[in-house]
Amino acid sequence: MAAAAAASPPPAVELAGIDKRFGAVHANRAVDLAVGAGTIHGIVGENGAGKSTLMSILYGFYEADSGEIRVDGRPVRIRAPSDAIAAGIGMVHQHFMLVGAMTVLENVTLGAEGGRRLARGAAAARAELAALGAEYGLAVDPDAKVDDLPVGQQQRVEILKALVRGARTLVLDEPTAVLTPDETNRLFAMLRKMAAQGRTILFITHKLREIMALTDRVSVMRRGEMVATFATRDTSPAELAEAMVGRKVLLRVDKAKAAPGRAILEARDLTLRDRAGVARLDRVSLTLRAGEILGLAGVSGNGQTELLEVLSGMARPSSGSLAVGGRALTAAEFDPRRMRTLGVAHVPEDRLRHGLVASFEACESAMLGREGDRVFGGGMFVDRRAVVADCAAKMEDFDVRPRAPTLRSASFSGGNQQKLVLAREIGRDPDALLVGQPTRGVDIGAIEFIHRRIVTLRDRGKAILLVSNELDEIMSLSDRILVICGGRIVGERDPAATDERDLGLLMAGVTERAA
Amino acid sequence: MSVAARLPRWADVALLPAVTVASAFVVAGLVVLAIGQNPLEATRILLVGAFGSWEGLGYTLYYATSFMFAGLAVAVAFHAGLFNIGVDGQAYVAGLGALAVAHALGFLPAPLLATATVLAMAAVAAAYALVPAWLQAKRGSHVVITTIMLNYVASALMGWLLVRVFIEPGQMNAQTSRLPPGSDMPEFWRIASWLGADAPKTPLNLSILLAGLAGVGVWALLWRSRLGFRLRAFGANPAAAHYGGVSSTAITLQAMAISGALASGLAVNAILGQEHRLILDFTAGFGFVGIAVALMGRGHPAGIALAALLFGTLYQGGEELAFDMPSISRDMVVLIQGLVVLFAGAMENAFRGPLAAAIAGFGRAEPPAPTSVAAETRADG
Repeated sequence: MAAAAAASPPPAVELAGIDKRFGAVHANRAVDLAVGAGTIHGIVGENGAGKSTLMSILYGFYEADSGEIRVDGRPVRIRAPSDAIAAGIGMVHQHFMLVGAMTVLENVTLGAEGGRRLARGAAAARAELAALGAEYGLAVDPDAKVDDLPVGQQQRVEILKALVRGARTLVLDEPTAVLTPDETNRLFAMLRKMAAQGRTILFITHKLREIMALTDRVSVMRRGEMVATFATRDTSPAELAEAMVGRKVLLRVDKAKAAPGRAILEARDLTLRDRAGVARLDRVSLTLRAGEILGLAGVSGNGQTELLEVLSGMARPSSGSLAVGGRALTAAEFDPRRMRTLGVAHVPEDRLRHGLVASFEACESAMLGREGDRVFGGGMFVDRRAVVADCAAKMEDFDVRPRAPTLRSASFSGGNQQKLVLAREIGRDPDALLVGQPTRGVDIGAIEFIHRRIVTLRDRGKAILLVSNELDEIMSLSDRILVICGGRIVGERDPAATDERDLGLLMAGVTERAA
Repeated sequence: MSVAARLPRWADVALLPAVTVASAFVVAGLVVLAIGQNPLEATRILLVGAFGSWEGLGYTLYYATSFMFAGLAVAVAFHAGLFNIGVDGQAYVAGLGALAVAHALGFLPAPLLATATVLAMAAVAAAYALVPAWLQAKRGSHVVITTIMLNYVASALMGWLLVRVFIEPGQMNAQTSRLPPGSDMPEFWRIASWLGADAPKTPLNLSILLAGLAGVGVWALLWRSRLGFRLRAFGANPAAAHYGGVSSTAITLQAMAISGALASGLAVNAILGQEHRLILDFTAGFGFVGIAVALMGRGHPAGIALAALLFGTLYQGGEELAFDMPSISRDMVVLIQGLVVLFAGAMENAFRGPLAAAIAGFGRAEPPAPTSVAAETRADG
């Protein structure tokens, strides 16, 4: 379908010679891209390859320094998202842009209220929502509050928002990051239906499996350039990975069998209630042993974040107990600094929110939470030279690029930021490492590196708790998998004896294997 | 989604403030022109008034000393993400510390008594700043609101105390009797006369050295100490600070206590340095100017020192200007200050983009330059 549709009529969206610089960073270099009407076109590339910049230019967040955008063959000037919407381009962001306290209908009409009186526009939108819902199997209750909807439904609201605004081309930025395998399948079915009816889909991801499963054509970006475009059926994940990184990549993790030792962390009936009294963690018990990688699988938002916070001392459980090295903690010991001194290191899920301070120099971020260590000097003051030297050593050890301890943390790419956080947390030789989303937003080359370091750490007899939304990552790294759903541990699996479907059912809350 | 333009460090530190100040002066000049006066002449009078004589210079530096303390106080809190608008009130109540300790320990020899008095004033101001800090940390009351309101509380309290309680017997003005001379921060003209030299009588006193020390101390605190690291981390990213083990309660209390203690320097300069007694409203609103000074100085002690000097110049030169050009009143000086605050604080980002573009343009004109300018942009912007 792809090749045929793209041939005769002008492409639905065409980018020609798009060039964009941010100071020293040449984010897009003369990028050309043509997307045929009614096709699903994937864009892959490492973090910082320029995918997001390119889509931001298409959607009007930035203006290109040079180059042209053509929609259905006509040149258009897109200077703001409103221009993009007018040109029939809609975008579904990775982080939803929804007002949680408002209803679905209100969110859909927001910014497109249709006149001074709300009622008329709302009625029209309601009718359109019903029509779109029927057409694509996109049904969402228009009067439900967005906050009350599961993530998959919230994403539908985002898609509906774009469609109601008349989008004929839909850009989706990493749309599956928050979805269960089942929800992903449903999303893909929806997208295929839309493409079949003539809408054009631009699908940005770093998951090669999704590219292979969904797209008609795929373009690969590397260092701001569009390096290759393939018809999906003529390419392979290995070829795509190589095009993305510019060299051969090992997509599999090699590791020996685990030799679990003594229990490092023992959680018994940990319960954490939020302010509303809802149990975010519900009687969670687990034992983390030396020399094993325990994977925690689950759809994001099912208690993984809370579990990491309790185990790292950032939050105090409402009830339950936690023992470190065989000794139960007192309530006062649920403190991040205390947990560190007890040998529990923590790579937080969201490195920009928790892992480092974006405006700090890298060497400052590299001592966050460790600033009391004697290596940085005794007494009240820190020895600046020691701080820089320590950071330089970490950068060398973890191949952080560029090796610039005084560069702002925000100036590093996601993968290099993550390596820096990992270096900091592994650096003090912890007994246990809690690691959340170790490779989120991290490029393929760095993923390989980070996985290797985690396995090495395990082989040195450390206990590792791995929390990840990437099932592939959980399955390939873990020695044992726990599945969490609704704040409860709903099952344990041996990675060798399970598959994606089995885990997916558990993650979705189906507790027993069907037959 | 728009990204803030990144400037090379030198431009961020020197060029941008220079441009904003120049713009403020241009607009102020237009106003002077509008009321029928010659702006160049006005500028000349202002500068000569501030720097043209030893006496003028003495006053300029005296004012700058107060502004420096106020600016440092605001900046320290600001680095912890706290907007301390209560510097004026904190400095005002610091006077009570002077009153108590200078009288109670009046038997001490001069340098010791002065030191003890300074410390007592810092302690009282810090304690007063801890009230809004505690309210924010424990009760969630926003520190901006509470510090503003506590200025009024301080003003009412001090007014009542000065009129009803501590007023010098037989005195019509709301002022206390003279503090024991041992608590004085010696003026420079007095020091000169001890050395047998003759200097014009200005209120410039040893507090200026204290301000300099405070500036170095603040720098060392913020960028070289563990406490400062935690404080900045908390200000820049509270979630990351929590992850790092920083207690939000403790750091809020510590930052505000330090801020309050620095605010007391304003009172040291005015009371121990000049008045030698408590008078009504001796802080003269300098605490509020501290906000502008801290903004202009970009939160760095060196920048704050320069901004304090600028405001000292405006204050002293403005007095002369009001005297020499009767059609330009004191309000005109306040107007210029207002414009500086507007341009430095609010309009800064309006200048940032064009400046960055201009610099980038220069960089591209000559082939070897882009990498160096660009590297700097990334490193510091």
